[in-house]
Amino acid sequence: MAYSDKVIDHYSNPRNVGTLDKSKSNVGTGLVGAPECGDVMRLQIEVDENQVITDAKFKTFGCGSAIASSSLATEWLKGKTVDEALAIDNMEIVEELALPPVKIHCSVLAEDAIKSAINDYRVKNGLEPLVEAKSHH
Amino acid sequence: MLKFPIYLDNNATTPMDPRVLEAMLPYFTNHFGNAASRNHPFGWAAEEAVDYAREQIAALINCNPKELIFTSGATESDNLAIKGVFEMYASKGNHIITATTEHKAVLDTCKHIEKLGGQVTYLQVDAEGLINLEELEAAITDKTILISIMYGNNEVGVIQPIREIGRIAKKHGVLFFSDATQAVGKIPVDVEADGIDIMAFSGHKMYGPKGVGALYVRRKNPRVKVTAQMDGGGHERGMRSGTLNVPGIVGLGKAAEICRTDMASDTARIIAMRDRLERELLQMEESYLNGNKESRLPHVSNISFKYVEGEGLMMGVKDIAVSSGSACTSASLEPSYVLKAMGMSDDLAHSSLRFGLSRFTTDEEVDYAISHVKEAVTKLRELSPLWEMFKEGIDLDSVEWAEH
Repeated sequence: MAYSDKVIDHYSNPRNVGTLDKSKSNVGTGLVGAPECGDVMRLQIEVDENQVITDAKFKTFGCGSAIASSSLATEWLKGKTVDEALAIDNMEIVEELALPPVKIHCSVLAEDAIKSAINDYRVKNGLEPLVEAKSHH
Repeated sequence: MLKFPIYLDNNATTPMDPRVLEAMLPYFTNHFGNAASRNHPFGWAAEEAVDYAREQIAALINCNPKELIFTSGATESDNLAIKGVFEMYASKGNHIITATTEHKAVLDTCKHIEKLGGQVTYLQVDAEGLINLEELEAAITDKTILISIMYGNNEVGVIQPIREIGRIAKKHGVLFFSDATQAVGKIPVDVEADGIDIMAFSGHKMYGPKGVGALYVRRKNPRVKVTAQMDGGGHERGMRSGTLNVPGIVGLGKAAEICRTDMASDTARIIAMRDRLERELLQMEESYLNGNKESRLPHVSNISFKYVEGEGLMMGVKDIAVSSGSACTSASLEPSYVLKAMGMSDDLAHSSLRFGLSRFTTDEEVDYAISHVKEAVTKLRELSPLWEMFKEGIDLDSVEWAEH
């Protein structure tokens, strides 16, 4: 199976790899997946007082498509408001990266990671968690 | 000069030796006869070539040339052996003993036998991939007709205690079938000394052509018969009908001859390269060799690089063709059943790469593989949240993962 050029680009030059200080109240951390499933994503957002995501970082254990999905997600998150970020749908990632059907779960995981990071941020700031993670396999 | 991509997946298939191709070519054109045509020179030439190939192969595995049944490959040979014994010896019993790390061609055939009312015992293996001989012997009942244990494993290269299995089978009057696809041509295989009654192997794993294989079926002590699984002209002593693939058989014969004459020198060179590859890669922190280190094939090395996912790693070394125990692309997303049967955790199984060397592998290729695999593992660990957690001293087993 050949990877799309965009997947190869994100895999070879991943954007926003790294770690934010998870103890800060304006940092939300999402850790999704499981090692035994072959993919784990950690996605973090830093949010300013206007609810704008000013920084996003990721680290992913997984295949090229999982790495690319999370790398792309961090690119899209930066500059968006938290509400705008919540609207990101995994199928947009599938389209952008031209993921084949067997790799759709990678995009689902990225969407879960975004929602999980936002929930973490909300809970830290005394708000109700908003969304359920998409259930899959 | 290195040529890319570098092929290190020789357990999947080997390139054909040019000497084999050369031997085969006349049998596509000039000597195109049907080996079953007994009444003209075209048939005679084909039959003579097939008989010569039988001798070449018999010399490699120490059998009588008449004990070889030509097939389309190891999968067909596995099917013919197991289904053929199950049918032929139905009056004696219906129980087969095999192991959980066998090739799918054996395991799925055994599943089929179970649907037909047969009983199958699947022996577990230990953490190094070896079966337990006491468990094997204890599993034998008065209904047992066949023990089916592979010679060397295709994923980790572990060689089972074949001679001991042969002795146990003989002692209990049970037939011993071995899928020796990965072993024949690579290590000395001797059906007499090993006590093997039926044995499957294939051309394309030993520098021969695809689409041809053989089944060794013992003719003496005991005389073994398998029921044909294809009906037709009664070729191959009635056990496998169908016009013989003369060029393929000539190729298999030549491949066997080269393996026999070159085995000692090929093996010494391959082991030196394999050991160097392993020594270098296992120097990396949290990398593990999978399978028994002593009892194993010379040309395969299966290594897990913890906290890095195998498919992602293969993408990072895309100019090196290897395979992984990870199965991110498969519908099931299940990692290698062989590694899991060895008791390996799913995450380590997902982190494995299999390197398969051949007589055509060069030192330069191994050097390239060493440096690029190291580079890719290092890079992917920098990307890996698990590596970071490991480095922070977090016990990953204590983390409650959001299973998906």
